[in-house]
Amino acid sequence: MISAPDVVAFTREEELEDELCSEPPLPEEYSVPLLPFASHGANPWAKVASSKFTRDFILISEFSEQVGPQPLLTIPDDAKVSGTFDLNYFSLRIMSVDYQASFVGHPPGSAYPKLNFVEDSKVVLGDSKEGAFAYVHHLTLYDLEARGFVRPFCMAYISADEHKIMQQFQELSAEFSKASECLKTGNRKAFANELEKKLKDLDYTRTVLHNETEIQKKANDKGYYTTQAIEKANELASVEKSIIEHQDLLKQIRSYPYRKLKESDFHPYEPECALDPANAGCDQDLATSDLAEPGETHLYAHVPSYTPKLIKAKSAKCFDKKLKTLEELCDIYFFSQTLDQLHQIERTFRGDVCYLLTDQISRALLKQQSVTNFLFEDVSFLDEKPPEKRYRGCQGLSQDAIDGKCSEESPAPKVVISLGSYKSSVECVPIKMEQEIEDSQEPKMTDSVTFEHQENLDYLDADIKGSISSGESIEVLGTEKSASGLTKSESQASLPVSPSPQAGRSKVGSRRTVSEDSIEVLSTCPSESLIPEDFKASYPSAINEEPYVDDEEGGLRFTPKLNPDNADEQEDVSKRENLVQVDSACCIGKESPNFLEPVPDLGQKPCDEDGVVRIPPQPYRPAEQGLRGSFGGFPSHDGVSGGLLPYELDSRYLTGNREVSKSSLDECSDSTSYISSAASTCSDRTPSPAHPACLASERHKKKAGQNALRFIRQYPFAHPAIYSLLSGRTLIVLGEEEAIVKKLVTALSIFVPNCGVYAKPVKHWVTSPLHVVDFQKWKLIGLQRMVSPAGVNVLHALSRYSRYVSILDADSKTLRCPLYKGTLVSRLADHRTQIKRGSTYYLHVQSILTQLCSKAFLFTFCHHLHLPISEREPEESVVNRRMNFLKLQLGLANEDIKIVQYLAELLKLQYIQEPGQGVNPLLRFDYVPSFLYKI
Amino acid sequence: MLRWLIGGGREPQGLAEKSSVQTIGEEQIQNPYTELLVLKGHQDIVRFLVQIDDCRFASAGDDGIIFLWNAQCLTVLQRLDVWLSGGSDLCVWNRKLDLLCKTSHLTDAGISALVELPKNCVAAAVGKELIIFRLIASNDGSEGWNVLEVKRLVDHQDNILSLVSVHDLTFVTGSHVGELIVWDALDWTKQASECNFWDSSVHPDAQPEIKLSQSPNETSVQHLTFDEECVFAAVGKGIYVYNLQMKRVIACQRTAHDSSVLHIEKVPNRQLISCSEDGSVRIWELREKQQLPAEPVPTGFFNMWGFGRANKQANQAAKKMQENTPMYFLELVGDLIGHSSAVQMFLYFGELGLATCSADHLIILWKDGERESRLRSLTLFQKLAQNGDLQLKF
Repeated sequence: MISAPDVVAFTREEELEDELCSEPPLPEEYSVPLLPFASHGANPWAKVASSKFTRDFILISEFSEQVGPQPLLTIPDDAKVSGTFDLNYFSLRIMSVDYQASFVGHPPGSAYPKLNFVEDSKVVLGDSKEGAFAYVHHLTLYDLEARGFVRPFCMAYISADEHKIMQQFQELSAEFSKASECLKTGNRKAFANELEKKLKDLDYTRTVLHNETEIQKKANDKGYYTTQAIEKANELASVEKSIIEHQDLLKQIRSYPYRKLKESDFHPYEPECALDPANAGCDQDLATSDLAEPGETHLYAHVPSYTPKLIKAKSAKCFDKKLKTLEELCDIYFFSQTLDQLHQIERTFRGDVCYLLTDQISRALLKQQSVTNFLFEDVSFLDEKPPEKRYRGCQGLSQDAIDGKCSEESPAPKVVISLGSYKSSVECVPIKMEQEIEDSQEPKMTDSVTFEHQENLDYLDADIKGSISSGESIEVLGTEKSASGLTKSESQASLPVSPSPQAGRSKVGSRRTVSEDSIEVLSTCPSESLIPEDFKASYPSAINEEPYVDDEEGGLRFTPKLNPDNADEQEDVSKRENLVQVDSACCIGKESPNFLEPVPDLGQKPCDEDGVVRIPPQPYRPAEQGLRGSFGGFPSHDGVSGGLLPYELDSRYLTGNREVSKSSLDECSDSTSYISSAASTCSDRTPSPAHPACLASERHKKKAGQNALRFIRQYPFAHPAIYSLLSGRTLIVLGEEEAIVKKLVTALSIFVPNCGVYAKPVKHWVTSPLHVVDFQKWKLIGLQRMVSPAGVNVLHALSRYSRYVSILDADSKTLRCPLYKGTLVSRLADHRTQIKRGSTYYLHVQSILTQLCSKAFLFTFCHHLHLPISEREPEESVVNRRMNFLKLQLGLANEDIKIVQYLAELLKLQYIQEPGQGVNPLLRFDYVPSFLYKI
Repeated sequence: MLRWLIGGGREPQGLAEKSSVQTIGEEQIQNPYTELLVLKGHQDIVRFLVQIDDCRFASAGDDGIIFLWNAQCLTVLQRLDVWLSGGSDLCVWNRKLDLLCKTSHLTDAGISALVELPKNCVAAAVGKELIIFRLIASNDGSEGWNVLEVKRLVDHQDNILSLVSVHDLTFVTGSHVGELIVWDALDWTKQASECNFWDSSVHPDAQPEIKLSQSPNETSVQHLTFDEECVFAAVGKGIYVYNLQMKRVIACQRTAHDSSVLHIEKVPNRQLISCSEDGSVRIWELREKQQLPAEPVPTGFFNMWGFGRANKQANQAAKKMQENTPMYFLELVGDLIGHSSAVQMFLYFGELGLATCSADHLIILWKDGERESRLRSLTLFQKLAQNGDLQLKF
């Protein structure tokens, strides 16, 4: 969606490969060091050969107190996935880094066990020998029968692509945190149930023992105690002690701090029955049977009545008993939710990292184009927080279930206090991010920014290097927010430190040759307990918690803004800046060289005439992505014009390239390596739609693209038809067969601009006569042609309103619509296009439409194109100026003008629309003659 | 067009019917209305629109609801539920809506139109009769008024459908059988009358088929409007321009619409707008005829795919009626098609546009797209300024 190069790079893979193979070798002095994998196979595109698994998967392991680390399950649950990969070995590896799970069961001085609400830890592991890299998420679950009541687990996302792990660290972390929180919530619930049962048992045992003692007392009036009696008394005492202990445990697990979220307006787990800490203290006195407050009894009311049994006071902590399975440890509902989430993660991150990156880049860019992107972008894609949205979506169903099934459900788990704060002795990477943030907000300082980045790059490199030398040991390299005194911004900024694609890649190469058999912990995320309060909110905890959404944006996703609250505002500001800059430039006119450029080859620059890509897809990162984008080989042009004018952008890319070529070889190779990574093929060739909510729409896009491609090839009059759609003239597809009509409508729908942020103005199938209101509402209509008298009415209506519509007759393959003599559509829909795949064509269309949008944006928001400069300026001169701008500056010919005018009108309507009020549906039309096209 | 749609030339019977209605192609350079907005509110036929001020109007429909609309920002301002009594009596109300006095029951027919005349008189059209009433203030100084029937004029042969006061001295009535009578407003005498709009002798070149289909509906004077010198009459399907000075019809368009013309209005630039039962609104321009023999305007090209009725006779209806006089003709400069049923009435708001109401329950606002676009730009920059987004920020 960003620009054509992205598109072509992926479509022409095969040819490129061949080309590369057949090319004669460069002279030694010019050659760039080969990729380290080159030795494995001649094809640098091929994935790392050393990995023993075919695709990414998720592994859940446990550090069993009985048998040690063991793998529990994989997602997808398919033996083929892990292949010959040694899961046991890897489990051992990943569990062994759990340096922080040093659970302290009995703090000195405390009389009874104490639960610690341990935070999850997040680390990245690399095992170059296995060719596996993993994001590892450690967590602990409570188990009454386990040592110290805890069972350490970990969830790992294992991939052969280190970049994916490194670059998607934040995303992985966020998603796994959700899964983890869900699992832990279910576990707490199960644990509480377990405790209750145990308490009932104990209570029962106590009663029995008590009775026995009484009987013995009565039976024995000799005045001294038999050993039997003493034994019983001891047993009773130990039961009493056990009861107190368990009561305390129960109290602890229930007092798990469910913090009310500040900005939350949505609480699936609304803690209506959460314990007030103040009250919590007194329930110690309460009898075991009638547990605590009414709220609590309510809370666990659904627990089926349990028949207590006699138990031994001392719990058997021995190795002969069978530990609970993961499933048993967790409430079944939450367990299935967790699995769902994990499957979701697997789907989300499946495929080559370039898809994920492209998707994220598009998303970030689109966010900058908030004024125009409603026109052609997918509504779901437009959503500000797509992952969360999706999440909400998938939760939608279960929401009812939650409400219905467990209105008594445990409240939103949120950690406020951490009883033990685990500071690991991990090195801190004190990267000063603030400077960058400033930089990225100043568009003019590109040079210094580059410089800055270079420095950082080196810095980071140095850090990585530091660990490379050590061979066998496990190294923890990552960041650690050790100082709780860190300011919020600092801690925030240091979080997203994952090496850039370039730096990372190149280092990987060199490192791999050195390290023999090592697991490198490349990055860790510290325990949450150390994170300042505000920041902590950005860790989504429970599966349903949307309120995090905002913080997520500000904190965890790539937004280096100092203040998350201001982020949007600042974004807006910069947007306006751009606007104003452009405005003044184009209105004053000749000052801006951009506008003086010859325009016919608008947007063609990245490609040669033959369509071969000259410029590789770049990790173009907009301003908010400054953090990561800044590491790229290119100066990050903080989105001065997130795609305002295509050639502006292009020229920027070009200068970027030039700068690169001038800069150090190191950086240059970086960028090359990035290209290869972007173009590399993954074992799993299914492109991963980064946001599975769009899975369906992805499929739809593919299909629509394919159909559109067919339409263009099949119908010589595709251009006027598409012109009709782009200029807001309703196109009616008329036909007898629903399937054919719907197919055409689907194909054409990708050209229909949206009128608002709602669904596309497309109606797939209509059988009744149309009215003028329909043309106001729908811009593409599939209409049934019937032979019956009713059908004649339909046609009558159609001929009556013929001035408002273009009609495509699917049966006789004719089209009646106004003439089109512009050039824009021919680029959009070239019937000789080399594009073969529907999804590719869809992207091509999107990229051209995005260019179009930027033109419309410029046109709409240029003050003097619409309003007189001086008060006395006559309207005609404004009109002239406007037309000149369209023709000369935007390079539009003939009917293309009408397209931009229509889009501009939509932009205006959208912008001036009052919040809460829908856009007034207008029907604009021209009195232009129509012509009949035949095949 | 329809033939193309249906395909294969097998044209249904009904479509073969020719009509002599002038058509205009899809290219209408002079038609300023390039944007429309459908106002939905009524549940039944919208009968009547009344202008309240520069940009507001009210609509009344058979559903008994009156909507108040703003033609500028296009919002429903108010919704009133009223019950209106029919007029079989003449009542005098003051501004406070107090009934001051009323006449006795007149006829079964009731008053169909009312116009104010000089000297405290009103003319009421009751059936075939035109009754002049005079309002007399009661002598005792109270607010009472008396209504006195002064005269009954029985010149019309059929029910009077339209009644319009041209200026202080003249008013005009039109009846169901096509009589148009110009009256003196002071002494209520007939100044002139025109009662043979349908008479083919006036139109030597008229189509024979028109004669065949003579019926009262074809000739009833549905609506009258006027300017300084002319009275414009909607007669049946046609529009006639009657010059008060010359006391004769100076221009006519016998079949201006496919069906009865329901409302006409004179707008500036010698233009006339008419709406009809056929659901269309047409814009006409009164033009002086060249001395050259009138050539039918070729309609062929742009009607290449036009509706089947596009044909050669189209322009002939506009031909001159009488020799050796300065002739005018009504040129069709544009048509507005949007309603799917009879257009009952319209209101002309100058540059704000045109509001039409129809039996299809809709009100459509027709606007000048260019102007609207400009206004939207203005609003946009106002909003930008309001949001403080216009300042340069670096």
